[in-house]
Amino acid sequence: MNRKGTEALVGFFVLLGIAALVFLSLKAANLSSFSGGETYTLTAKFDNIGGLKVRSPVRSAGVTVGRVTSIALDPKTYQGVVTLDMQKSVLFPNDSSARILTSGLLGDQYVGLEAGPGEKNFAAGDTIKQTQSAIVLESLISQFLFSKAADAGATPAPAPAPPAAGGKK
Amino acid sequence: MSWLAAIGRYVIECVRALGHHAFFFWELLRTLPVSLKRPYFSVVQVHALGNLSLLVILSSGLAVGFVLALQTYYALVTYGAADSVGLVVNLSLVRELGPVVTALLFAGRAGTSLTAEIGLMKAGEQLAAMELMAVDPKSRVLAPRFIGGVIAMPILALLFSAVGILGAYLVGVQLIGLDPGNFWSAMENGVDVKRDLGNGIIKSIVFGVICSFVAVYQGYEAKATPEGVARATTRTVVISSLSVLAMDFLLTALMFSTR
Repeated sequence: MNRKGTEALVGFFVLLGIAALVFLSLKAANLSSFSGGETYTLTAKFDNIGGLKVRSPVRSAGVTVGRVTSIALDPKTYQGVVTLDMQKSVLFPNDSSARILTSGLLGDQYVGLEAGPGEKNFAAGDTIKQTQSAIVLESLISQFLFSKAADAGATPAPAPAPPAAGGKK
Repeated sequence: MSWLAAIGRYVIECVRALGHHAFFFWELLRTLPVSLKRPYFSVVQVHALGNLSLLVILSSGLAVGFVLALQTYYALVTYGAADSVGLVVNLSLVRELGPVVTALLFAGRAGTSLTAEIGLMKAGEQLAAMELMAVDPKSRVLAPRFIGGVIAMPILALLFSAVGILGAYLVGVQLIGLDPGNFWSAMENGVDVKRDLGNGIIKSIVFGVICSFVAVYQGYEAKATPEGVARATTRTVVISSLSVLAMDFLLTALMFSTR
């Protein structure tokens, strides 16, 4: 094979590889979903971030408007500090609230933003003041059990029973 | 007691061979800048190792994509998760099967041709003649083939994965009737470019280095007889395959551990 032919074929081979890489990145991976547009940063503090991970989406009304870029622990208040990268095209009022929700029953967790009624918008670097932590299943169960026990203790008839039950143990 | 001496002899022989491999690798790396001054030789090798392997890689990729889609569909449909077929196939291909199966096929097709070619050059005393003419055979013959292999492997692995995903699309959407929107969007949401694709590319580069180096070494160190060349060819395939699989486990444990 002559020189030009070989070089052309190798060039074609490399182009094919680059095309495969582009196809895999754009169509079959998450490159295209957040490469367009500029972003600004917001911070939010949560008592419990649950299963939130870096690169989890930030959604408002179900539409992805940002990503979680870092999660850290505030050494003074012992709260989780979550840094969010928000799309510049969407601005939120500065009394918007952030909650950690789960997509589906067993899905990944994401940060849900609900726009507040305020007038001024968040500037870059602001902190979201109103936050609600992730739901921890154990606290929910213990809350339920305590409320059930409180209901049972409220009616007078079973009142002597608890001490007897305690004695029998 | 002679069996004790035999074990000792065997271990010493293994360590000596390991050291010889390391020296050879160092010599090969040292000749890389010199051989890159004449890039045309490496280009010819990329053609011989990459272009001529396209048929086997693309058809294997298509077949693996077909089979993966079918098997994951059969497994997932009982849980109502048939929409994840695309995601599972994509992750399996890009993270594991693309680099590993391509490396095994590469070792079988391109590695054996490298070993046989260099071994026959040695048997025909061409390498000795080159040394007599003050042409370093390592930079003239071995290094371009090594470079060609290292360049061709990642490209072949990417093509394998891409064709496999297309094959899964054909079987999943066209044949079985899954929803194409869910098929592609599950992939787009679940596959991370840096973590999955990037790590897969790193793996295929490492496997390319392993397969090319083993092929070139076995060819150079083959006994200069036809039987020696044949033995060296089989050794290339066996050693490349085992090293690739062992290295794959190491790399997977390093790259995909849940931090």
